[in-house]
Amino acid sequence: MNYLFYISSVVAIVATIMVITRYHPVHALLYLVVSFLAVSMIFLSLGAPFVAILEIILYAGAIIVLFIFVVMMLNIGSEAAAQEKQWIKTQTWAGPTILTAILLAELLVLMIRGDSTTITDQSVPIKQISFSLYKEYIIAVELVGFLLMAGIVGAAHIGRHKKRYLHRFLREKEERESVKL
Amino acid sequence: MASYSVLAVAAILFTLGLIGVLTRRNVIFILISVEVMLNAAGLAFVAAGARWGQPDGQVMFLFILAMAASEVSVGLALVMQVYHQHKTLDVTRLNVLKDDIDIQEIKVQ
Repeated sequence: MNYLFYISSVVAIVATIMVITRYHPVHALLYLVVSFLAVSMIFLSLGAPFVAILEIILYAGAIIVLFIFVVMMLNIGSEAAAQEKQWIKTQTWAGPTILTAILLAELLVLMIRGDSTTITDQSVPIKQISFSLYKEYIIAVELVGFLLMAGIVGAAHIGRHKKRYLHRFLREKEERESVKL
Repeated sequence: MASYSVLAVAAILFTLGLIGVLTRRNVIFILISVEVMLNAAGLAFVAAGARWGQPDGQVMFLFILAMAASEVSVGLALVMQVYHQHKTLDVTRLNVLKDDIDIQEIKVQ
């Protein structure tokens, strides 16, 4: 299982690098699916099959489909890719990238020099997860229900295209101005 | 398998997402990078839960999943509305709340 973990983590990292460097949104989304699948493989090698399945169904299934719908509705294609190429200049990305790379190096040194106890390959049974979810975390589950409800209502409200309504005096004024122009 | 290698992968993925948020100007790419960061945080939770053999890490991953789903739905609705009103996805152009600019100038743009 060890080499499987290393291969899938390399795949995840390479796919995520491809995600943040693509110009075309759909290509980035395809790489994002690959990244989620690789992370799901990491979950499987950690002994968490339930979470691995949820990662595939919810992240690679539902969330990616949402993104693809929005890209489709906005109808952004090759001209958006050309625009992205203009927007990403070397002086734009070099500074933040170097700074975050330093932070990452610090984090890695802390982890490697710390206590290097190995993961016991005992897998947590799904029954134990569901007991824990509906016993200790029952209030959090209800709060997540509120959150999802608020997300649905908020998305439906924000996403609605409101008709611009003008009073008839203002409308006449606008028509006059458009005629003048 | 050492636990720090999983945490290192999670840290690398989180950093890549952070680089994406900081460097891209397209709103859709910023949202994608936020998803990558949330996924990395979930990976760290599951790794910690597997390290101690406790279910809490996976329970926390479920909550992160629900949070990411609602966040992305509201965020994409905002993206649609922004594109509808400003005809651009560039975050540096969305400066209507900024002070000291002429409102007429924005309308002309």
